[in-house]
Amino acid sequence: METTYTISVFTEDIVGLLNRITIIFTRRNINIESMIASESEVKGIYRYTIVITVLPERIEKIVKLIEKQVDVMKAFYHVNDEIISTEIALYKISAEAIKQNELFIKTINKHHARIIRVSFDYIVVQKAGGAKGIMDLFNDLEQFGMLEFSRSGRVAVTKPMKTLSTYLKEIEISNSN
Amino acid sequence: MIHDKYNKEVTGAEALILALLDAGAKDVFGYPGGAIMPIYDALYDYSDKLKHYLVRHEQGAIHAAQGYSRVSDKVGVVFATSGPGATNLITGIADAQIDSNPVVCITGQVASHLIGTDAFQETDVIGISMPVTKWNIQVTKAEDIAPAIAKAFYIATSGRPGPVLVDITKDAQFGKTIYNYKKCEGIRSYIPYPKVNIESVKQAADLINKAKKPFILCGHGVLLSESQKQLLELAEKGNIPVASTLLGLSAFPAQHPLYVGFLGMHGNYGPNILTNECDVLIAIGMRFDDRVTGKVSTYATQAKIIHFDIDPAEINKIIHADVAVIGDAKESLDLLLPLIESTNGKERKEWLKRFEECHQIEFEKVIKTAVNPTTPSIKMSEVIDKFHKLSEGKAIVATDVGQHQMITTRYYQFHDTNTNVTSGGLGTMGFGLPAAIGAKISRPDKQVVVVVGDGGFQMTIQELGTIMDYNIPVKILLLNNNFLGMVRQWQQLFFEKRYSFTELKNPDFVAIAKAYGINGKKITERKDLNGALKEMLDSKESYLLEVLVETEENVFPMIATGASVSEIILE
Repeated sequence: METTYTISVFTEDIVGLLNRITIIFTRRNINIESMIASESEVKGIYRYTIVITVLPERIEKIVKLIEKQVDVMKAFYHVNDEIISTEIALYKISAEAIKQNELFIKTINKHHARIIRVSFDYIVVQKAGGAKGIMDLFNDLEQFGMLEFSRSGRVAVTKPMKTLSTYLKEIEISNSN
Repeated sequence: MIHDKYNKEVTGAEALILALLDAGAKDVFGYPGGAIMPIYDALYDYSDKLKHYLVRHEQGAIHAAQGYSRVSDKVGVVFATSGPGATNLITGIADAQIDSNPVVCITGQVASHLIGTDAFQETDVIGISMPVTKWNIQVTKAEDIAPAIAKAFYIATSGRPGPVLVDITKDAQFGKTIYNYKKCEGIRSYIPYPKVNIESVKQAADLINKAKKPFILCGHGVLLSESQKQLLELAEKGNIPVASTLLGLSAFPAQHPLYVGFLGMHGNYGPNILTNECDVLIAIGMRFDDRVTGKVSTYATQAKIIHFDIDPAEINKIIHADVAVIGDAKESLDLLLPLIESTNGKERKEWLKRFEECHQIEFEKVIKTAVNPTTPSIKMSEVIDKFHKLSEGKAIVATDVGQHQMITTRYYQFHDTNTNVTSGGLGTMGFGLPAAIGAKISRPDKQVVVVVGDGGFQMTIQELGTIMDYNIPVKILLLNNNFLGMVRQWQQLFFEKRYSFTELKNPDFVAIAKAYGINGKKITERKDLNGALKEMLDSKESYLLEVLVETEENVFPMIATGASVSEIILE
């Protein structure tokens, strides 16, 4: 059965490396559901968090191909149970929502979202959470007039405790032998 | 003198030439153009140290560089200009990537301020080459050139080798820098030689020692890791039969009694059929290509699989390994050998006899008539058999792609190591002639013969100009059936003989060769074959021997696509 995996890739900060990684997926006709790039806890090392849904027998092969890239330090994959992850979403709602103030505020509270901007024509709501919660809020807010909606990809940390610097040390030892 | 080279201000172009020399390059294959002109200008002063071969098309340069690297431990170096120059390299780069050839490509690029503006001859060669290079980089500053070259050579040659591309903008070539060269000895994110796990080596040894019917599959990795001796020792110590993949040919001497032949779609009968009878399959430096495995779900399911490979991504990619030994094959085999029980050639005799029986069957049904036919027209197989005998299996043999390639690899029995130059993974028609040119430049001491078909020959026939220009004594054995033979064979077998666009109307090849100042001859009768081959081999200069061969000869045995290795057909 196809499973959703979160792949964490630790890389050097190099132009074009992201492309090298994405073509591994496109060549195999795999859709990237979300992808985030940011600096990791180790300075100068970047972390890509990629979410894909594939058959279990494919994931290990894909991760090995990512790790094979010269400028990739390490790549891991995890199923949802092994990570703590979240996404963030912004909902731009018509200011008309004020007319149903009570219901609007109730909806926001129910979803543990918050209002981050109120302007003359619109209100911006922010919510962090899982994909389902984000979409549930979207459905509930639609009645107020959705002007714009934007979702981040998944950011994740893993539950296993081995740190990146431990892996980096291992790579160093392996190369010095 | 070292001191006059280092710490001197030079242009980026000169820094490139100096860096190539410092990296050990002696020969370059290339073609100039606008965006690489400063480099060619710098080369003008160094042409005695860095020998440049002007090819007649960039594809010729990259295939020559591949052939150059395949027959020695040298790295092939290529120069090409931006835009079309760079894109013309792509086929060869893809070929080098899939066949693990260490090649360094230098491409000129438009000036950095023009990048992304659709400038004349601008193309995104970094983007285009990304899926087919081991690594690539664009350099926009003169001072970054030497470090990029050092890194490029290190990446191309270390671990599993592959092609790399360094794209240098014109302003970086013109720019000034203080030249210094520091050899690259490591990259923190890159582990070219994974540490061999001794536990897995022990498990492998245990499986091999207990095996009644072990079987070694030797791949290109044996040549790349230079573990021919270790392989020979393993085979002899355990009395284990050895078969070779297409690219592994010449790693194990074909004349050795434990050598049982060539694997795959048009390989030998025994090694294919007995893959599904062995109890332990020992795959060394090979990647279970679909042309080797046939139907994967029925491939060696009865056997325990031991897979030796330097590339962790190859493990379990196609065939699940019961024991995976990840690392350099030489290092792994050195660890394995002391753990292998010596059989003194006494064990596994029954098993080896099975290969002999299979060989007898193949000999009776295929080989006998293939090398000694009674048909009126000449057969490719008899040409190669005679060529093999006359050259004692000691020539470097380059091939193109198609029927002649399979016939050559079937009937040429490689005696010397690193003498098989062929396009395996990509199957690039047009590979043969330029690859042979590169091979001859790399190994001038060896007889180099390229076997080509009438189709592939015409894909890079312009390289006859390179042969003429530099007097490169490459021998060309053209097997002409006036057909795209392999496609025709498939049309006959699988498309009801509907010969759709496979018949070729061909030119007078000997006249073309003569126009390039290359001596040649065409023969059509069997009686002339031996003498003509001898004349070709004895020629001190390049020579074209065209042999008109049977029009509709098929290559057998054959494993049809999707069939199991045990379903190999003999006729």
